[in-house]
Amino acid sequence: MNRFDYIRPASVPEAVAAAAVPGSAYLAAGTNLVDLMKGGAARPERVIDITRLPGLDRIEWLADGGVRIGALVRNSDLAYDERLSRTFPSVAEALLSGASAQLRNAATVGGNLMQRTRCAYFHDLAGACNRRVPGSGCDALEGENRLHAVLGWSEHCIATHPSDFCVPLVALDAVVEVEGPHGGREIALDTLHMLPGSTPEQETALMPGELIVAIRLPAEAAAFSRNARYLKLRERTSYAFAVVSAATALEIEDGVIRAARIALGGVAAKPWRARDAEALLVDRTASPEAFAMAANLALAEARPSGDNAFKIELARRIVVRALSLALEGTPEFMPALPASPFSTITGANHVA
Amino acid sequence: MSLETASPSAQHRRHGSNAGQPLTRRDGVLKVTGRATYAADNHPEGMLYAVTAVSRIARGRVTSLNVAAAKAHPGVVEVLTPANRPPLAHDPDVKMPPFGFRVEVLQDDTVRYVNQPIALVIAETLEAATEGAALLNPQYDIDIARTGLESGERFGLAAVGVGAPPRTAHGDIEAGLAAATRVTEADYVTPQQFHNAMEPHAVVAEWDGDRVTLDMPNQALALSCASYAAYFGIPAENVLIRSPFLGGGFGSKAILNGPQILAILAARMLKRPVKLALTRTQMYGPVGHRGHTWQKLRIGTDNEGRLTALHHQALCATSSFDEFIEPAANASLPLYASPAILAEHEGLRLDIGTPGPMRAPGEASGSAALEVAMDEAAIACGMDPLEFRLANYAETEPGTGRPFSSKALRECYAEGAKRFGWSGRPLEPRRMRDENGFLVGWGMGTAVFHCPHFPAEARATLRADGTALVETAGADMGQGAWTALAQIAAEALGLDPDQVELHSGISSLPDGGIAGGSGHTASAGLALHNAGEDAIARLAEIATADPASPLFGAGNIGVAARSGRLHRHDDEGRSESYAEILARAGRAEVVGTAKAARDPAIAEAHAMFSHGAVFAEVKVDPDLGQVRVSRLVGAFAAGRIINPRLVRSQYFGGMIWGMSFALQEEAIADRRTGRIMNADLAEYHVPVNADVPSLDAILIPEDDPYVNPLGVKGVGEVGITGTVGAIANAVWHATGVRVRRFPIRIEDLLVDRT
Repeated sequence: MNRFDYIRPASVPEAVAAAAVPGSAYLAAGTNLVDLMKGGAARPERVIDITRLPGLDRIEWLADGGVRIGALVRNSDLAYDERLSRTFPSVAEALLSGASAQLRNAATVGGNLMQRTRCAYFHDLAGACNRRVPGSGCDALEGENRLHAVLGWSEHCIATHPSDFCVPLVALDAVVEVEGPHGGREIALDTLHMLPGSTPEQETALMPGELIVAIRLPAEAAAFSRNARYLKLRERTSYAFAVVSAATALEIEDGVIRAARIALGGVAAKPWRARDAEALLVDRTASPEAFAMAANLALAEARPSGDNAFKIELARRIVVRALSLALEGTPEFMPALPASPFSTITGANHVA
Repeated sequence: MSLETASPSAQHRRHGSNAGQPLTRRDGVLKVTGRATYAADNHPEGMLYAVTAVSRIARGRVTSLNVAAAKAHPGVVEVLTPANRPPLAHDPDVKMPPFGFRVEVLQDDTVRYVNQPIALVIAETLEAATEGAALLNPQYDIDIARTGLESGERFGLAAVGVGAPPRTAHGDIEAGLAAATRVTEADYVTPQQFHNAMEPHAVVAEWDGDRVTLDMPNQALALSCASYAAYFGIPAENVLIRSPFLGGGFGSKAILNGPQILAILAARMLKRPVKLALTRTQMYGPVGHRGHTWQKLRIGTDNEGRLTALHHQALCATSSFDEFIEPAANASLPLYASPAILAEHEGLRLDIGTPGPMRAPGEASGSAALEVAMDEAAIACGMDPLEFRLANYAETEPGTGRPFSSKALRECYAEGAKRFGWSGRPLEPRRMRDENGFLVGWGMGTAVFHCPHFPAEARATLRADGTALVETAGADMGQGAWTALAQIAAEALGLDPDQVELHSGISSLPDGGIAGGSGHTASAGLALHNAGEDAIARLAEIATADPASPLFGAGNIGVAARSGRLHRHDDEGRSESYAEILARAGRAEVVGTAKAARDPAIAEAHAMFSHGAVFAEVKVDPDLGQVRVSRLVGAFAAGRIINPRLVRSQYFGGMIWGMSFALQEEAIADRRTGRIMNADLAEYHVPVNADVPSLDAILIPEDDPYVNPLGVKGVGEVGITGTVGAIANAVWHATGVRVRRFPIRIEDLLVDRT
């Protein structure tokens, strides 16, 4: 690990001022950044510890029924917040399907948004990675890329964004509040993470020094609370990133879909909102045929970036399944195996 | 008889009161409260930290290292490279007998695999050493890495595993195949897997003149002392290894490796204690692994579903510079009756670290292929897989005709099948669904593991207060050796286990042999048992010769040791406590010693194996291909059970590892560079608790009068065998998809929805 300056600001303006210096990195729980620093994939010269900033660890319910989640709220605290899990159940389910209990107890919601890709070549200092070292190339393209992107990738980068939490958030039109050197602004979560194009090193829309202070879920998103699910395929039941995941939400009146939300995880460098597929479902009767059409549309642009064509078919199927589960209704209680296809199996008595 | 209680041997008198009890681990509280001191917890005064700089290429030469930059980093004390590495007394390019491999200890600038040490940085802090290693910024001449079947060099073998023949033939395999009405033939692939013990390989080395103390996790204390002594040119008795606790070993801590030798060398060079702990990633290379195998099975069967031929070929990867060959094909030798059996191996040289023994070496990979092939052969014969195995049950060792020392496999099949509810299983796949619509499949496999026995020594001291101290340099890797060994000693001493103090895990004690091959309880246990009997015999001599003792004159009749007293055999009422005997004799203690080994004549005359039958139920999402093991039932027969709690735990561990092998575990190497792309516990998957819903391990009673006087067989490795095949077969039964490459992945099961 390189030597670095450690700064512990007392306020958001102090933090933002400190981070204005190039080479700075914000440190929250460090569940991702510290790993990256140990491995050398991140070598910040200044680490700005924001964990003691006041006021960023609150869940505030807004007058209109929306919610404002402070950037330092812990994943576990948010997932187990009763009103949150009742109002935005797929968000809680996604949180509980991520990482491990220990990591969720430490990790913050702002940090979750800012976590880096799990692409092995991003972590492999001896390999080429345009995201880590712009212009160096992409070793994943001809490498071990079974789990890489099938949507929105470029020949410069085929990495995926690993977050579970972001998938239902983007489906529900979450907004990110940031503070920066030029004051505060809001960014739709859907535009926070960038597709790689020819500049994969540009991972987010944040300007240098900008700090995420909160995430807002709008009141309208609460309308989906009775029919919202997150479903995640993974290679073990806990502590594994998604092979493919999907967040779905439906508003249904007399069997007819009035509104639909679909987002995919593990398929692109950002949580992937499938707006065309959503539009297709509106005013249709909820049916397997309609769900299959939506799934086909959601993946219409998909193409394998390597040895991963199976993910396209898998993504179609998981969209269909997640829509079917949403149609069945949000479970009354959080499943013991959140987001697992096996969440319906009884007998499992603990959260994975 | 309860299934939980082992039967006493007819041959050997057992007093029965102590062993067989499900005691909890003696070291359990220390471990869960953090008071157990592992190797890397030791911080002697003045200690330095060592970090290995490792190669990121698989093949080539290091052309430069920026030693100046590393040395200029604050806190860095020294950088060891091939240019200044002090000499060793044993050539690292020569195998260290009996089990040692060639090691990479900076003998030159050649790079032979990824994560090979190419320098050692020693510093005042771990951080400085780590950064110093990064600053070396190695430059390479890179040769094309040989990373797979296409690029590796195939070669003939002198031996497989630890000295086993590479080819074993019984009968005429081609004649057997020609006589078959059906031949089932298929290829199977098992991946490179790594031990991933929770505790990394670590050492704290401190020299005092030409004596060295090594705090390190170690599965073979005496053997390691001799090996280190050879490398450092000192007598074996000058090496003291302290290894009270191991955070898992699984075979990887029985054999010397380069990084640990380098740290010891640095400590001698710098005249200060040096600590080295490998990072997780650095363990993917220099400390062994389970090698990649490509296996082919040909099974000939007749009209009755009996084997006419069993041909098992294994192509096994090893390094470019040394050989450890998974004896995978030998898994087909001891299990099924066939007039013709041929097991043969071939090697494949790749630019990888040398593989090594990893929990059930050979048997795990070989059993995975064999048990799937047997399932395929059963289906070809239209037979239930269990019925098929029973039709081919080996009453004596196949090929040799030797009797088994004991074999309760038939009972394992019966009890396991009953507990699982195997009867009524449809032969055809995709016939069962659960109430949620998931595909359900049932599969089974046979478990088998040989029973080695290592020479071992022990000492038992009866003390004036009537308690005992027993000593042997054994290794508790988490399996519970401290507890089971104390139970064995307590039985021999006629004491309650609470009255027996056990010292183990330090090389200055009598040689406890190797904690490997699932033979530790039998090997060290027999030594302790014999030492205990020796102590009792000496105590009895004192008592029976003492006119003041109620046992006076009982020398010809004999005494029995029970509950801290010696009793006349012919008159239970006449007895005396150990404390009374010692007090009257004015003795502070009586010391018994023993050396124990297997009787070669009995070993030659018998085939000795632990057996088991594993039944698996899986559920598979019909659309999404995700597999969940919903039930695993294993029934195992392993002779006499000393501690059913610990044994069940070993079976659970083995079965979970089998699940891991079947569905999760694989090191993924980049085909171009040979670098392992998932060398950490986030991406190298092993099961979590949530993957393991229901486990059942049944302890089948088995009386073995031959395997050793204790009647104890091994339990540590047998559980992984059988299980891999059982799960793979259950996946086929659920889906109709036969996957012959491990681990089975989601995409393998994305069949068209019908």
